[in-house]
Amino acid sequence: MLEILLDATVRAGTPILFATLGAIINERAGIINLGIEGLMLIGALAGFAATQASGSLLIGVLAAFVAALLAGSIHAFITVPLRGNQIVSGLALTMFGIGITALFGRSMVGLTISGFERVAIPGLSQLPIIGKAFFNQDLLIYFSFLLVVAIGFFFYRTRWGLALRTVGENPAAADTCGVPVTLARFLAVTIGSGIVGIGGAYLSLATTPMWIENMTAGRGWIAVALVIFASWSSYRALAGAYLFGGITAMQLRFQAMGTTVSVHILQMMPYFFTILVLVISTIRLQKGSSQQPENLGQPYDREDRK
Amino acid sequence: MKLVTEKRPMTSRLFRFSAPIVSILVALFVAGFLLLAAGVNPAQAYLEMLQESLGSTYGLSETLVKTTPLIFASLGVSLAFRMQLWNIGAEGQIYMGACGATAVALFSGIESHFLMITAMFLAAFLFGGLWAGVAGVLRARWQVNEVIVTLLMNYIAILGVDYLIYGPWKDPKGFNFPLTAQFSEAARLTEFFDTRFHSGFFLALFCALIMYLFMERTVWGYEIKVIGNNPKAARYAGMRTGLAIFFVLFLSGAIAGIAGFSEVAGLQHRLQHGISPGYGYTAIIIAWLAKRSAIGVVIVSFLMGVLLVGGDSLQLSWQLPVAFVYAFQGLILFFLLASDFFVHNRLKLVRGEHHA
Repeated sequence: MLEILLDATVRAGTPILFATLGAIINERAGIINLGIEGLMLIGALAGFAATQASGSLLIGVLAAFVAALLAGSIHAFITVPLRGNQIVSGLALTMFGIGITALFGRSMVGLTISGFERVAIPGLSQLPIIGKAFFNQDLLIYFSFLLVVAIGFFFYRTRWGLALRTVGENPAAADTCGVPVTLARFLAVTIGSGIVGIGGAYLSLATTPMWIENMTAGRGWIAVALVIFASWSSYRALAGAYLFGGITAMQLRFQAMGTTVSVHILQMMPYFFTILVLVISTIRLQKGSSQQPENLGQPYDREDRK
Repeated sequence: MKLVTEKRPMTSRLFRFSAPIVSILVALFVAGFLLLAAGVNPAQAYLEMLQESLGSTYGLSETLVKTTPLIFASLGVSLAFRMQLWNIGAEGQIYMGACGATAVALFSGIESHFLMITAMFLAAFLFGGLWAGVAGVLRARWQVNEVIVTLLMNYIAILGVDYLIYGPWKDPKGFNFPLTAQFSEAARLTEFFDTRFHSGFFLALFCALIMYLFMERTVWGYEIKVIGNNPKAARYAGMRTGLAIFFVLFLSGAIAGIAGFSEVAGLQHRLQHGISPGYGYTAIIIAWLAKRSAIGVVIVSFLMGVLLVGGDSLQLSWQLPVAFVYAFQGLILFFLLASDFFVHNRLKLVRGEHHA
C-alpha cells in the first residue's frame, strides 16, 4: 500500500518537478515567468505530436523542449531587451499556450502512442519501500533526478552559475564585472522554458499517453507557487513537487476507494494545499534571510545604472 | 554602423493612443497565419466574425450580452491595477458571485422583484469580495503573492460550484443534469427586444460611471492612486497601506462578483457548469489595454465581446476550439507590450564606435 502510494507520488510529482526547475532557472536570472502553464501545454502537445509522427519518444521530448524554448523566447524578448512588464507578458504566454495548443491539438485528439515504460535499475529497485517508487520508473524520471543535481551543481559550484545568480541579485554589479546581462537573462528564460516544456511532455508521454485539451489543469501555477516554497533551490523543488505528487496520489486513491466525499472537494485539495504552503513559506521567508533573488521582476537598463 | 535604442525625450499622445489599436491589428495579422496553418481561410474567418457579431440585431445583442460580464470583471481587475495589485482571480470571483446570487434566488423565498434582485446583487458583491479578500488579507498581512493566490482560488471556486450543482443544489427535477432549479420570475433581470440582451448591461455602464467618479473625485480614489504610485510616500503621509490593500482587493473581487450576479439573474436563470467561459482572464487583458481608464474598459470590453461572439461562430462553422480566442488575446498582449517599448524608446542607426 505504501509502496503503491509512493510510486504514484513520484509519477504525479514529476511534471511539476520539471516545471518548477524551469521556473527556478528563470527567476534565478531575475525574470518572473507566469507563462509556465502555457509552456507546459506547448511541451505536452509538441511532445505528443512529434512522438506520434516519428515513433520515437526521444524525439518527442526534444520537440517539447524546443517548442517550449521557442515560445519562452517571446517572453524573453519582451521582458529582457524590451524591458516589458513581466507579469503581463507571462500571463499572455499562458493564454497564448492554452489557445494555440487547443487550435493545433484538434487533430491529435483520440490518437494514441506507446508512452514511456518502466526500466528497473538492477539492485536499487529491490530496496524495500523506496526501491519501486524511485528506481523502477521511466527514463524521464531518472532524467529529472539528474537535472535536480545538475542545476544545484551549476548554481553553486560553477563560475557560470554564480554569474547567473548575480544577474538576478544585482545585474548592475554583474554588468560591471563583464557578465553579459541581457544574454544571460535571455538564455535563462529560454532554457528554463524548455525544461518546463519537458514537464508538460511527461503528462502526454508518460502519465497518460495521449493529448487532451488543457491537460495541465493548473499544474503550471502550482509550480510557480512551489518556486517560493523551494526557496529557489532545485533540491527543495524536488521535495515540494513530491509533496504535491503525494497529495494528488492520495486524492486519487480516495476516489478509487469510493469514499463518500465529493470528487470535486477532493480535486480542490492540491490547489488548497498549494496556497497553504505558499503562505507558510512566504512567512518563513520573511523571518529568515531571504533567498529570493534581489532583483526579481526588475528590468535591467544599463542607462539607469547608479 | 550599429543599431541602438535610445529613450525618447517625450512621448507623443498620438503614439500612446494608437499603440493599442496597432497592437490589435498586428495581432489579427499574425493570428491570420495561425488560422491558415490550422486550415482556415483567415480573411473569410475575420469577415464572418464581424458579420456574426455586428452584422445583425441578434449578433449585436449577443455581443452586448458578452460585453456585460466583461465590463464588470475588467472594472474589478483594473481597480486592483491602480494600486499595483494583480487580481488574476476575477474568474473565480465571478463564480463565487454567481454562487451568492443563486443562494439568495433559490433559498431566500423573497417575493418582491426589487427586494430579490437587490439581495442577489448584495450577495454576489459580498461573495466575490470575500473571495478576493482572502488574497487581500494574505497580501496585506504577510506579503503573500496575490497573483498566485487569486489564480489558484479560481480552480477552487470552479470546483466549489461544481460540487454544489452536482450535489446539494442539483435540481431534483433536472433529469440528473448538473444544474440548479430555474429561478423564479422575481429573480430575473429584464430582457429586451426578444433577445438575450438584459438590463445587466446598463448596470455595467452605471458601474463604470461610479468607478470613474470614485477614482477621480473621491479622497479614497486619490489615496489608491498615491499608494499605487509610491507606497513609501503614502505611508509617510499617514495612509494605511495594509488596510487599503485589503479594501481594494475586496472591492476588486466584489465588482467581478457582480458579473456572476448579472450572468445568473440576467442570462442563465440558474447556476450551471461553465457560467463563465474565461471572462475573468479576458478581463485582465481588457484592464491592461484600457490603461486604467473606466471608459476605456467599456470600449475595450465591447471589442472583446466582438471577438468572443466571432470566435463562437468560428467554432460552429470551422469546428475551431473556443480556446483559440485565448491565443489571439495572448498575441494582442505580446504586441502591446512590445509597442510600449517603442512608445518610450526609438531605434537609431549610429556610425562608428561611440554609442550609448
